[in-house]
Amino acid sequence: MSEDKHVLSILVDNQPGVLSRIVGLFSGRGYNIESLCVAETMDPLVSRITIVTKANVSGIEQINKQLNKLINVIKVHELTGTEYVQREMALIKVKAKSEYRAEILRIVDIFRCKVVDVGRAHYTIEVTGDEGKLQAMLSLLKPIGVKEIARTGIIALFREPK
Amino acid sequence: MKLSGAQILLKELQDEGVDTIFGYPGGAVINIYDELAKTDIQHILVRHEQAAVHAADGYARASGRVGVCLVTSGPGATNTVTGIANAYMDSIPVVILTGQVPTQLIGNDAFQEVDIVGITRPCTKHNYLVSNTENLAEVIKEAFFIARSGRPGPVLVDLPKDVISRVVEYKPPKTVKMKSYNPNYKPNVKQLHKAVKLIQEASRPIIFAGGGVILSKCAEELTELARKTQMPVTTSLMGLGAFPETDPLSMGMIGMHGTYRANMSTGHCDLIIAVGVRFDDRVTGKTDTFASQAKIIHIDIDPTSIRKNIPVAVPIVGDCKITLTQLNKLLDEVKLGNLKNKRKKWLDQIKQWKDTNPLAYGQKDIIKPQYVIEKLFELSKGNAIITTEVGQNQMWAAQYYHYDHPGQFLTSGGLGTMGFGLPAAIGAQIAFPDKLVVDIAGDASIQMNIQEMATAVQYCLPIKVVILNNGYLGMVRQWQELFCDKRYSCTAMAHAPDFVKLAESYGALGLRAEKPDQVEAVLKEGLGSAQTVIMDFVVEQEEGVYPMVPAGAPITEMLLV
Repeated sequence: MSEDKHVLSILVDNQPGVLSRIVGLFSGRGYNIESLCVAETMDPLVSRITIVTKANVSGIEQINKQLNKLINVIKVHELTGTEYVQREMALIKVKAKSEYRAEILRIVDIFRCKVVDVGRAHYTIEVTGDEGKLQAMLSLLKPIGVKEIARTGIIALFREPK
Repeated sequence: MKLSGAQILLKELQDEGVDTIFGYPGGAVINIYDELAKTDIQHILVRHEQAAVHAADGYARASGRVGVCLVTSGPGATNTVTGIANAYMDSIPVVILTGQVPTQLIGNDAFQEVDIVGITRPCTKHNYLVSNTENLAEVIKEAFFIARSGRPGPVLVDLPKDVISRVVEYKPPKTVKMKSYNPNYKPNVKQLHKAVKLIQEASRPIIFAGGGVILSKCAEELTELARKTQMPVTTSLMGLGAFPETDPLSMGMIGMHGTYRANMSTGHCDLIIAVGVRFDDRVTGKTDTFASQAKIIHIDIDPTSIRKNIPVAVPIVGDCKITLTQLNKLLDEVKLGNLKNKRKKWLDQIKQWKDTNPLAYGQKDIIKPQYVIEKLFELSKGNAIITTEVGQNQMWAAQYYHYDHPGQFLTSGGLGTMGFGLPAAIGAQIAFPDKLVVDIAGDASIQMNIQEMATAVQYCLPIKVVILNNGYLGMVRQWQELFCDKRYSCTAMAHAPDFVKLAESYGALGLRAEKPDQVEAVLKEGLGSAQTVIMDFVVEQEEGVYPMVPAGAPITEMLLV
């Protein structure tokens, strides 16, 4: 069976050790984590964990059930297959020699991102978007020279009915 | 009311109805032991912390109540890990209380410090590090609630020394209500109707019952279902006792060492009602070919058990007792037809499998281990609580003793923990002081927790240990015989203690039988004694457990001799 990408949005008790339970479940049972984001929600007692995983149909069913079985998990939403918005942020440090500086700024402009740090030989660019946008941006910047990159991983929410 | 953490802990334990704690004191829990001595809770001092968990586990399996153990920090805590993993795999409700260094020292590599909450996260149902005394009462309440509700399991509570010694204003906690934990007990009615329809249509159905039937205390409902619908019943190792094995509808155990008829019936049936099982690999063999002609109705409280290994036609998530009660009621309202006629062919077929390939062994002038168990069954009139170690002894105990009641067969099913039987027998004997409790052991596995003989003798527990002494790690030797051309690498127990003298040195009674005609006399004397007894049966060295399905093979393809 083919493995597809699944985005899971998990509400958990905001307590020490809870993230470790989730991550331990994935490693202990041989599931994979492509990306992971955690932060407090509006309710300080609750955190939201967004996990992107790859699994086949029966695999994702087990992952869902196993997550629900953890005592500190309040709710598991599988977003894949529903209407949802997703965003990822990246900070990209590109080499910025004088002959490329204008080109880089054009790309920044086209992708509607921001330069958040400038040096004599580099720009650090903040880019937000879905995975496709980040990939497209990176593929344009790579030939120019990407020094370092930090990505957040995906966060996502349901789209409410219009 | 101002109370110390230790006082709050004991108050909560008493409130939960705890009458016995299995444990081992140490520096980090000294304050708890100081308070414990002032209560009427009985403390059983084991000789190794692993045995404390197994004993609490055996107590829980036999009595259906939550077992409790108490150990110190560091090595005391790490020694419990095997016991905890064992209880987790078999869904046994145990609360493990571990000492911990004072909170301000946590993370400093203090003396006898270990991150036991981190270590046991994957093998507990849940665990807690109590960070302040104010939360203690509530955590203890939650721990017991989680351990016994839903699919039961072990819960560990780590207690830093300062949390235990601090004095705070005690407020009795309210009843437990957890936002994130709310097990579903009631089955979906639509699914029940689908199940009824499949039962009406089936011509070759079987029931496959597991440990969940025993845990949810629904052996009666299961028996009612089987008799009402005339469905033959097989059980998993964990399910032995869930259905009376002396009933004509019983097919005995399924799986790697299951009976011929039980395994053959799964290959030929058109419906399986699986109750409280998880289709473990030792049951299914090769999953692709398992029950290939059958539709499966799977009843279990744990959704993760359903469709984990085997596709299922009708999944029913719910408590087995509630589900079977409702299912029986629905079946009363529909027509099942003339079951005598309808089932005749199927039941005849099963009987034929039984007659052509019954459980059997050849008698010789050397004691056969199966013979010892058969005699034990006969002399104990089938009424003993049997615990086992792991390996051949366990399988023969499963095959040749016949269990009519739940809570009668206590064995390490999931984890397969050698050394489980003796401490589990201690727990069972504490729960039922007047019942006959027998640990069926091998000469290798008994040595894994042999130190608990001292515990048994100290508390005057008349446990009977039956050692099937073949001088080998018998089950591994059997695999080597079959799959490694008899290269018995490292499985000969070339040196063992004299178990009779060993028993005597512990203050127990030691007996030995070396010839078949001595077996009955030794069993009679041992079972009749009021002491703790070791009976050492010198058995055929290279006897194998049969039938056997090689790991990963289809379950209907058994080696028969």
